[in-house]
Order: sequence, then C-alpha cells, then structure tokens
Amino acid sequence: MKISMKVNGVDYENDIEPRTLLVQYLRETLDLTGTNIGCDTSQCGACTIHVNGEAVKSCTMLAVQADGATITTIEGLANDGELHPVQKAFCENHGLQCGYCTPGMIMASVDMLKNNPNPTEEEIRHGLEGNFCRCTGYHNIVKSVKAAAVSMKGGA
Amino acid sequence: MGKYIGESVLRKEDPRMVTGEAKYLDDIKIPGMLYAVVKRSDYAHAKIKNIDTSEATKMPGVLGVWTGKDFEDVNPMPCAWQAGGITNNANTPRVLEIDKVTFTGQGIAVVVAEDRNLAEDACSKINVEYEELPVVVSAEDAIKPGAPQLHENAPNNICMEWECGNEDGTDKALSNSDVVVKEQLVNQRLIPNSMEPRGAIAEYKSATEEFTVWLTSQAPHVHRLLATAFVFGIPETKMRVIAPHVGGGFGCKIFLYPEYCLVIALAKKIGRPIKWMETRSENFQATTHGRDHSTQIQVGASNDGTITSLKVNTVANLGGTLSTIAPGIPTTLYGRLLSGTYKFPNIYCGVKGVYTNTGMVDAYRGAGRPEATYVVERALDLVANKLGMDVVDVRKKNFIQKDQFPYTPADGITKGLEYDSGDYEKPLNKALEMFNYTQFREEQKKSRSEGKYLGVGFSTYIEACGVAPSAWVGVGGEGWGAGLWESANIRVHLTGKVVVTTGSSPHGQGTETTMAQIAADELGLPFDDVDVQYNDTLGTPFGYGTYGSRSAAVGGTAVFNAVQKVKQKALRIGAHMLEASADDVVYEDGKVSVKGSPDQAKTIQEIAGAAALGYSLPEGDEPFLDETAYFDPPNTTWPFGTHICVVEIEEETGSVKVKKYLAVDDVGNVVNPMVVDGQIHGGIAQGVAQALWESGEYNESGELMSGSLIDYAIPRTDCLPNLELDRTVTPSPTNPLGVKGVGETGTIASTPAVVNAVIDALAPFGVTNLNMPLTSQKIWNVIQKKGG
Repeated sequence: MKISMKVNGVDYENDIEPRTLLVQYLRETLDLTGTNIGCDTSQCGACTIHVNGEAVKSCTMLAVQADGATITTIEGLANDGELHPVQKAFCENHGLQCGYCTPGMIMASVDMLKNNPNPTEEEIRHGLEGNFCRCTGYHNIVKSVKAAAVSMKGGA
Repeated sequence: MGKYIGESVLRKEDPRMVTGEAKYLDDIKIPGMLYAVVKRSDYAHAKIKNIDTSEATKMPGVLGVWTGKDFEDVNPMPCAWQAGGITNNANTPRVLEIDKVTFTGQGIAVVVAEDRNLAEDACSKINVEYEELPVVVSAEDAIKPGAPQLHENAPNNICMEWECGNEDGTDKALSNSDVVVKEQLVNQRLIPNSMEPRGAIAEYKSATEEFTVWLTSQAPHVHRLLATAFVFGIPETKMRVIAPHVGGGFGCKIFLYPEYCLVIALAKKIGRPIKWMETRSENFQATTHGRDHSTQIQVGASNDGTITSLKVNTVANLGGTLSTIAPGIPTTLYGRLLSGTYKFPNIYCGVKGVYTNTGMVDAYRGAGRPEATYVVERALDLVANKLGMDVVDVRKKNFIQKDQFPYTPADGITKGLEYDSGDYEKPLNKALEMFNYTQFREEQKKSRSEGKYLGVGFSTYIEACGVAPSAWVGVGGEGWGAGLWESANIRVHLTGKVVVTTGSSPHGQGTETTMAQIAADELGLPFDDVDVQYNDTLGTPFGYGTYGSRSAAVGGTAVFNAVQKVKQKALRIGAHMLEASADDVVYEDGKVSVKGSPDQAKTIQEIAGAAALGYSLPEGDEPFLDETAYFDPPNTTWPFGTHICVVEIEEETGSVKVKKYLAVDDVGNVVNPMVVDGQIHGGIAQGVAQALWESGEYNESGELMSGSLIDYAIPRTDCLPNLELDRTVTPSPTNPLGVKGVGETGTIASTPAVVNAVIDALAPFGVTNLNMPLTSQKIWNVIQKKGG
C-alpha cells in the first residue's frame, strides 16, 4: 500500500505491506532507528513518538493508520543541533543509564509537559507510568522532568 | 581526590543516547543481511519425534530451514564456571536441541528469510511431533524419589552438591543455643528484563575464514573465547566480536547463548550476514533467569541476642540445562557471603543445584549475594522477633567491630578471603539519624491503634564486588574456568589527546565517563581530552567484561595503573627534554618539572609530542606514550551499608505502599557521585520489585505463566517513592583508588529491608514470615486468616 507522511519535517512516500507497524516503518523503511522496540505487548513505551503532536506508542499503530500524519521522532526533537530542554535535562540529571528506554521516555515527557507545564512529582510519576525503565529506578527521570519543566518556563 | 575524581561529571555517553544516535544491535543493517527466527519448543519436557519443515521451506522469501540435526558437528555451549571442589553433572544447551527438550522455549529449528516478517510467517508453518514426558518445575520436587528425570548423567536431577563452613560445629552450637529459629525462606525466580532484549548478527568472509559478530554482550572477549575455542574449535583470531550500544544487561548478557552460536554457524553455512533479534516474549522464555532458591535456615542465639550459629540448606533451581556460569552463583557467590556484617561464630551452608523443566537460571544483578543477604538479614529479624528485642539492637550486638578488620569470617566460609575494611555502625547510625527511628516507633504504635499498619525494615548488609583474585576464584578451588583480572591501555597521541581502551564492557554504567575521570586526573589533562573505547575485541586488550560490580574496582584500577606507567615514561622523557636527571623531576598537574623549580617544566602534551616524533629520546626508550596494565586484585572488595524501608499496608486490600526508602551505603571512595547514586537507585528498584511484585512463575506443565510484561510486574514510575541516599566512605585497601564497587549494591541490600518492613507492619496479625513477592493478594489472605 502507498502511504505518505511527514516525519521530522521531511515528506516521505512509500509502498509498504499493510501489516507493517508504524515503528517498523520508521526503523526499517526510513532508517530512523532512534525509536527502540522493547516489547511485543505495548507495555514498555520505548517506541513512543509524536503523531500529530500527541505521544503514541508506535508499536500500537499500523503505518497505514498514520497515512497523512505529521510525525516527530527522537531524531527530530533537537532544533538545529540545539538539544530540546527535556533532552538537556535528562543529560544534566542523569536521567538515563543504558539509554534504551530514553527516546520513548523523552518523547512521553515532552508530551506530558505540553499538557501540564508544571507537574507535581505525583503527576510526573503518573504521567510516565506507560514507559518502563529498568536502570534508573525512575528517580532521576522524575528529577529530569522536573528540571525540564523549570527550564522550559524560564525560556518562555 | 583530584579535579575530576569525586565530582559528578556529566556523562560522555548521554548526548548520543538522548538524540537517538546511539546504535543498538537491532539498529545495525548490513548489506545483504538475512533474518533468522527460532522455532521454540512448545513443551517443557518432551522427545522430539519429528520436525516437518517442508511447508515452511516453501514459504516466500525463505532461504532455508534447519534443525538440530544440521548442527550435530557444533559443540554444546560450555559451562565455564562449575561449582568448585566437587563433581558437577553438567548438561548444557546446543545451538538447536536435537532429540529432547527440557524446558519450554528451547530452540529446535530455525528459519532464515529475506525479512523478519517472512521468517516469522515461515516459522509458524514448522510442524513438530513431540512425545511428551512428565514435567517437574520445582527444585524441591525434582529431588524427590520418583520425580521425572531430566538428564541421564544427573541422578535425581542433582547437578551438584556443595558445602562450606562447619556442619558439626554449627549443629553443636545450635543445640547449645538458648533459642533456635527455624524457617523456610524462598528467594523466588526473577526474570532480568533488560529493556533491550538479546540479539546477534554474524557475517562470514570465506576468503579469510573470518567472522565478524555483533552481540548484545557484557563481555565480548569472553564471548569470542567461548564461541571459538569451545563451540566451533577455530582460532580466536578468526572472530571479531563487537558489542554495540547495549541496552542493559543485569547479568543476562554475560552468557554464551545457543542463538549467538546459531547465527555464527548460519552465516558460514549461507554465506550472507544474518541477524537474529529476540522478541520480549522469547526473552522471557529463553534468556536466563535469576535467583530461585528454597532455603531452610536454622539460627541459634543466646537470650541476649548474640547469634551463635547459622545453618543454611538451599535447593537452587538451575533450570533445564546449565547456562555459562550457573553453578558458581548459588555456591561461591552465595555461601561465602553468609556471615553478612556479623561475627557469627558457627556457619554452615549446604547447597543442592538442581535441574528442572524451567528456563536456565544464572547471574542476575547481585547473583548469589542478594540471596545470601536475604537469608542473613531475615535471620536477624527472626531472632529479634523471637527474643522480643529491637531489630537494631540485635544488629549492633552482632556487628563485626571496626577494629576487627581485616576480618575473616568463621569456619573458613570465605575460603581465605578477608573483609577488607569496614565500620558497620557508621552508616547505621547515620541512617538512624536521618530517619528518626524513635519517633517512627511512636508513630507506628499510634497508627496501629487507628487501624493503619506501618512497618519499618532494616538491612545492614555486606556484599562482595570485583570478585577476584584470579587464582582464588580459579585454580584456588572455586571452579571458575578462567581469570578475573581486567585490562587497560593508554595511548597519549602526538596531539596530547588520550585514548583509553578497556577490557571492561559497559552497557549503561557510565564507565566511559568514570574511566575518563580517572585517566584525566592522573595525567593532569582536561576531561574532554580523554576518549574511552570499549566493547570491540578489535582494538581493546583482552578483558573479562562488565559484571559483578567490577568495572571500577578492577577495570578502573587497570586504567589507573596504565596511567602510572605512562607517567613513568613521561618522567624519563621530560627529564631528557629538560636536561635533568630522571631522579630530579616530578610529575604534577600534567607537567614534568625539575624538583624545586616549577618553571622548568614540560607539559604532558609537549612530552607526548616529543615521544610521538621520536627525534630525541632518552637512551633505551622507545617512541610513543603507550602503556598497558593488567590488574588482578589481591582480594574482592566488601561494600556495606544500611537500608531502611518504611511501608504502609492497607488492611482492606492488603496492598503495600513503600512510603519511605533511605539508604546509606559505603562503597569506598566514589569516582562520580551522580553515577554511583544512579546505580544505587536502579538497584533498589530491582530489589524492591523482588520483595513486592516480580516472580517468574511456571505452571505444573512447565508453561511460563509470567511470560510477558503484562504478567510479569516490573516496577513502573508510580510504584516507587523518591529515594533518599547518603553515604559513608571507608576506602578499600585492595586497590589504589580505594573504590569498592556499586553496581549491585542496591539490589543486594534492598530486598530484605522491604520484606522486614512488611513483616513488621503485620506484627499485630502474628506474622513472622511470608515469602516473596508480597503481593496484596498474599497479604490480604494473611490478614483475613489471622482475623485482624
């Protein structure tokens, strides 16, 4: 099937098998391998991206369902080489260790902060419960998101 | 402390990981690459009567389908750590099983196709005819008379029987004790679940007979050694192993797995590169599990709380076949830790390692030490409970005192190793101060009267990091089939920029940063001028890899020692440049200067340039600053500390809420506090998860019931509280950095703290022991039964 979508500002048109998952399309067809796959039951959130501005687990969608959509992946988050405040906050607060959950965690955090720019710790923990991390115990992820919220307000 | 050591320097690793630039195994594509999918056994114990691959072979895009019979010439995987001093009835997996399977999920056939979906389609068309055999999944059942037998060479399913300590003396002390507490403690099976599952890519060049292999690996040099020398019988030099970015391991990526060797064999057979990447569901079944001990303890004490004796009998479930170092985990890494931080005068530990129709059990974060710590820290609480004493008082009464170091635990249980340094009351007192224990007990009393059930649990643990020395763990009788030193090479290039290569193989620990801190400080160079390279057998010295909390204490020391060699040479060349005697110069802040005349100096950059050009060198010296060091520690290191957990139990639902978690750890000197705290946070999360949520469960027919992230409860963000950390610092005398290691500390320490807290909360219900995981269902049932 032919599909087209805008990914990280670039227009793509591809002929794909209808059963292709959106995450497979991004990783295998477009070679955007920053989005990781951590499970096969839509639990882990490693594959979280933005579809039309909303955080979505890209293993839960077929690529054809995203036909015509505007998509941002972790590769498209930094602006002209300048890290997004959430990316920066994860680096500055040791919000990652092995880094495998990190792209999904960051994309989910960006979406959460868009909807709730000043979250409490409880709201952060609740907001990220769909994203698993096995390394950090979430402690520094929560700290990173808090720091990002502060710095984004500062910049606004 | 230097300019960088001791500072929370931000990680070099992070920019590529927050941008998606980091390449993990599944991100790698090689031109012409094919995909392999493994057909796995549907039964836990069965003979394979026939495998019909005809339909699968005809499916679109399929290059071929192979079964175990096609790989009869490939040796089984080696078991590289058999329990020391005894006979091990070893049975290890083959690349694909041929006649019989011993657990659900064992590989029995493989499809190779042009893409992953096509390979999966074809795999579903393989028809297998089994003859089912009776199944046993519990280790205790497996050793009972009449149990199904898994392997001919292992009567009664016993792989090995191991012991340490003094049984007669311990029995005598038990019978002379004022009180004896007996209890069965279960350390349930856990499933590691690194966020990145396992995978492998292999490429073969026929002209040179060389393989390049990418593996999700914590130890690429060891993987290469085992695959070439033991499985394929080819020269080690004919294989390059690369661990790309590795998405966590927690032990499960140390081992040589059948699928790794399968893709290597297939790459040669087919002549095209091949990728295999497991799904999470496969990961649950076929990647190694951890723990799974059932333990009878008897602990004797005097009426004043002095513990007189600890007797431990453990049945350890090793799974259907042995993973690479499986027998070493419930023996050396378990029994030898059973004195904890306490001066128990009599100790005995007997272990039976047992085959069952379950997935392979091997090292999982902590590996043996969490199981030992659980036994010891629960034993302390059981004694306190029996005597009506405070759990803190009993701990203090039995602590090894700070003037007793180096300390040798009783009955030779550490087989000659001494606890290097310690002061166990210090972190305990600090933690008590942070926590305000007296006030908590008052609150607890008050809240109980209001129908709220608060509990506090302590774990004043010890652990062993950087397991060594090589001769102790190897020829000394512990059964490890190799050495356990670590390597580092330092090159200072003409430009003054430094490349460190290490045999350590980090996969999330931040070692790229911490090793650069060590090298930069010691050389007196900017942190950014040091690049650390690793994870590739091409270009790094042989090393044993990253596990057992060894990369700072052993690998970091190798870096430190290599730098000292570089500095010695820099001193000679610097002296030559300054026309001074080598005895008259000193190395300070990145400069070699004449003693007493700091202005007469050459920078390390100038010296590196001169060394690289080689125009004028001291007599007998070769060009370039390039030195390698191999560090084999004289002892393991022994971190310790105090963890305190506070829980609240909801009577109506039995659910446990971790209200507060506080840890004061002593891991010796700290290279990077941010990284060290991060390791402790993650470790605590895994340890708390064992206490409350996680459990690898098989049903009676050997089917894995907790076989996905839906059924297996790894903690989510909202499960855990904010963690309060502090530390004390007692340097280790076993290495010049004074570091002890931290990778497993949190996991080792935390589990008993949580369980002790829950038992404390349930004291009004008369509960003295419950086995993990302490789910709300389990607790609710207890509350109902005891009447509340």
